[in-house]
Amino acid sequence: MLKQTAMRQFISEWGPVILLGLLFLCAPLFLSDFRLSLLGKFLTFAIVAIGLDLIWGYGGMLSLGQGLFFGLGAYAIAMHMKLEAGGGGLPDFMVWSGLQELPLFWQPFHSPFFAVAMVMILPATVAAMLGFLVFRSRIQGVYFSIITQALTLLVSVLLVGQQEYTGGTNGITNLSTIFGYSLMAQETQVAIYFVTVMMLALVYLFCYHLTRSRFGRLLVAMRDDEARVRFLGYDPVIIKTVTFAISAAIAGIGGALFVPQVGIISPSSLGVVFSIEMVVWVAVGGRGTLIGAIIGALLVNAGRSAFSEQFPNVWQYFLGAMFIGVVVLFPQGIVGSLRLGVDKLCLINQTPKLEGSVSQPSI
Amino acid sequence: MGGWLLQAFNGLSLGSILLMISLGLAFSFGLMKVINMAHGEFIMLGAYVTYVFQNNFATMLGGLDLGLWFLISIPVAFIVTGLLGILLEISLIRFLYGRPLDTLLATWGVGLVLQQATRSIFGAPNVQVVSPAWLSGGFMILDITLPYKRLFIIAVVLVAIAVIYIHLNYTASGRRLRAVMQNREMASCLGVASRQVDATTFGLGAGLAGVAGCVLTLIGPIGPSIGTHYIVDAFMVVVLGGTGGLVGTVLAAFLIGIANTSLEFATTATLAKVLVFGLIIAFLQWRPSGLVVQTAR
Amino acid sequence: MTQPKILAVKNVTVSFDGFTVLDNLNFSMNYGELRFLIGPNGAGKTTFLDIITSKTKPTRGEVIFDKTVNISHLPEHKIVQQGIGRKFQTPAIFSSLTVYENLEAAISFREWSIQLFRWLSPSNRERITETLELVGLQERADVRAGALSHGEKQWLEIGMLLIQKPKLLLLDEPVAGMTRRERNRTGELLQNIAKNYSVLVVEHDMEFVRSFAKTVTVLHTGKVLCEGTMEQIQRDPRVVEVYLGRAHGEARPPKHERVSVPTQRVGRMPMPALAS
Repeated sequence: MLKQTAMRQFISEWGPVILLGLLFLCAPLFLSDFRLSLLGKFLTFAIVAIGLDLIWGYGGMLSLGQGLFFGLGAYAIAMHMKLEAGGGGLPDFMVWSGLQELPLFWQPFHSPFFAVAMVMILPATVAAMLGFLVFRSRIQGVYFSIITQALTLLVSVLLVGQQEYTGGTNGITNLSTIFGYSLMAQETQVAIYFVTVMMLALVYLFCYHLTRSRFGRLLVAMRDDEARVRFLGYDPVIIKTVTFAISAAIAGIGGALFVPQVGIISPSSLGVVFSIEMVVWVAVGGRGTLIGAIIGALLVNAGRSAFSEQFPNVWQYFLGAMFIGVVVLFPQGIVGSLRLGVDKLCLINQTPKLEGSVSQPSI
Repeated sequence: MGGWLLQAFNGLSLGSILLMISLGLAFSFGLMKVINMAHGEFIMLGAYVTYVFQNNFATMLGGLDLGLWFLISIPVAFIVTGLLGILLEISLIRFLYGRPLDTLLATWGVGLVLQQATRSIFGAPNVQVVSPAWLSGGFMILDITLPYKRLFIIAVVLVAIAVIYIHLNYTASGRRLRAVMQNREMASCLGVASRQVDATTFGLGAGLAGVAGCVLTLIGPIGPSIGTHYIVDAFMVVVLGGTGGLVGTVLAAFLIGIANTSLEFATTATLAKVLVFGLIIAFLQWRPSGLVVQTAR
Repeated sequence: MTQPKILAVKNVTVSFDGFTVLDNLNFSMNYGELRFLIGPNGAGKTTFLDIITSKTKPTRGEVIFDKTVNISHLPEHKIVQQGIGRKFQTPAIFSSLTVYENLEAAISFREWSIQLFRWLSPSNRERITETLELVGLQERADVRAGALSHGEKQWLEIGMLLIQKPKLLLLDEPVAGMTRRERNRTGELLQNIAKNYSVLVVEHDMEFVRSFAKTVTVLHTGKVLCEGTMEQIQRDPRVVEVYLGRAHGEARPPKHERVSVPTQRVGRMPMPALAS
């Protein structure tokens, strides 16, 4: 009997994950090149969504700056690719703006290792600095959301304004190779797709273990009662800042994988609107469930591309309705509602539990 | 001398615009603790009301030169967006009190719908509202010109603040409003219909956004997505100002306005924005709840 | 007076906007003592705890903990690290976590962020089990804390503090809102705890105070009114006046009557259980 329950728990816990994993791995077999590249793009969104779920779904802090961190990761890798495409010369937009030589902060991006490291370090550092200041002065809740949103707006304004260093509104364009491989080659694209799937799996596993560690419980505890956490002798500033930095680094990974699949990065793909839209992905999938973040990101984006091909106007209404709907009607999201349903059917658990608070006394 | 005066005037002017767009938020956020992300769209709607007025009633009301239509469109924008605000409060916000993050998301959704509706009706491209003739030109002082439009915006803001102040402090409905916001239970016990007060307060905030939209047509073209340009700035004003009432909002708006224009003069436009944001964050280190806070034990 | 003190509050004044809540307050406690703090509403009892735990910073004065440590200006979590645990008036527990996980969160408080990714040590797991037994929640270990009854929540919170082995335990109205049976159980628990810990209890429930208190301090308008055993306190005319004066409004009884007020009546004062 006990074994059966454990088995059932294992299946409900890992079944969807394994299924999704297999689906993603086999996708190149039955999807057209176009659809595959679309799916690859969505998977990078799914990575960002996991990061957002970590800080919002578990930590209760609604960051509206995840698009910014996505963008920072994307720009880090795009800068390297741009230098690669320039073949030692000055990037084209710098020539157009009349720059004579490569700015100092572009120099280290010649190194692929530096660029890849920056993909995570850059967003994590920005998040840690902002987070530390904000959390230290006990700015919480919507104030945190507003400030992260302001920072996002600011950075996109900055990117547009500093044309000669960033490519301005157009962003960094005409990327042709990554680490020497041509972006046009189908093999490269498939390889990038598999790397994306792998990174998604790694990020998922990392967050899975994080949310089930004592640190993750503390994060949930903080959402419940921050004062109590403080009066148990923890410094919430550190816990929050670390979490914010981790979620930013994850968003950076997503951004870095996005660039080689799309071949361009511009301020418009990291702005305020993008940052808040991903909240709906997580909410639709089910906040506080990591798998929900992935499912939500895929479904909403698939819905968008399906809709906007035919009725671009309707999609905006639909998106707006989704924002309202997930708040008023389905706060649990898809995965949360399914779990509730299953729990009710099985009647094994008297109380619904959050994913992060599954009782495993041994961790 | 003239340069400094111009700087000061530009600061005041930007401050008055910031104040105009954040006055309504100070109502809904400062008083009701409701995050209204659709505030930007109410501003946008106010601007479109003016646009509609210009296109349909301008000739009727004495033509473009007399510009009577513009003066009339201000109260009309207030009423139209105000009613929409009341509708929103009754149909959605009411169910979300005490859940600020959820309110933020839901009102963002409302904003998206409003944007798309405007796009469907008026088209996606920006449109231009022709300002009334009596607002073109400027007032010469020393060697500089102070544009009438900017002076007019400052005047509208001053009138709006005066009206709000009188409403809050000297009318029965203003007193009811303050009573509900300070102690809901007690006010209800004393027979104040707190739900009704909530709806009208939110409506007032939305109406003020409409007025803001109306005067914003003076400084540039309008489009369905102008709301998103303003919403972040408006929120920063309210965050810096604190939730202690109008004084904080007014101070914050002019401080940001003056800081922004003088830093822009010293550096560049984008750098000035970055510096102002940095200053706000630094200030919040020192006073996390903003400039003016309601202290209660 | 030469006895070393676990807690010494020296000349502490707290005022909010000119309103003085604590007025040049002096207070001290011996090691191993079980002390009760009572006082009418608005006497400053909760503010007093806020000062010790740094939730509020004193306008003037200082708090010395464990003979030498000046804690008046440490942040809250550092004070807990020093060894002061506080139970709040309304139970403050993590309702989405299970009872076990609540205790787990409490026991890990000296570990660094990185260590929190590791497993809980066997000895700590054992201590969680022991604490569960001590507060009588061993059956409820896997229940979500939000689903506990009010009394169970209070015990869980006390357990969370005990597992941290504090040097000083502050309990703010531990029996507020409890049924009689729960109150008695809490009383037993308290006596048990008092054997090993220094405990300061703020309480409104006079019956509870009378049954379990040895030494009582009465706080009134931000000052210590008097201090002593329960019998002394009940006989003290000032205490009687403070409580009766408030209960009877302006009409104070004549002096001779006041002195002869039966001590029992102090206990029956109509005092709201959950206000401060």
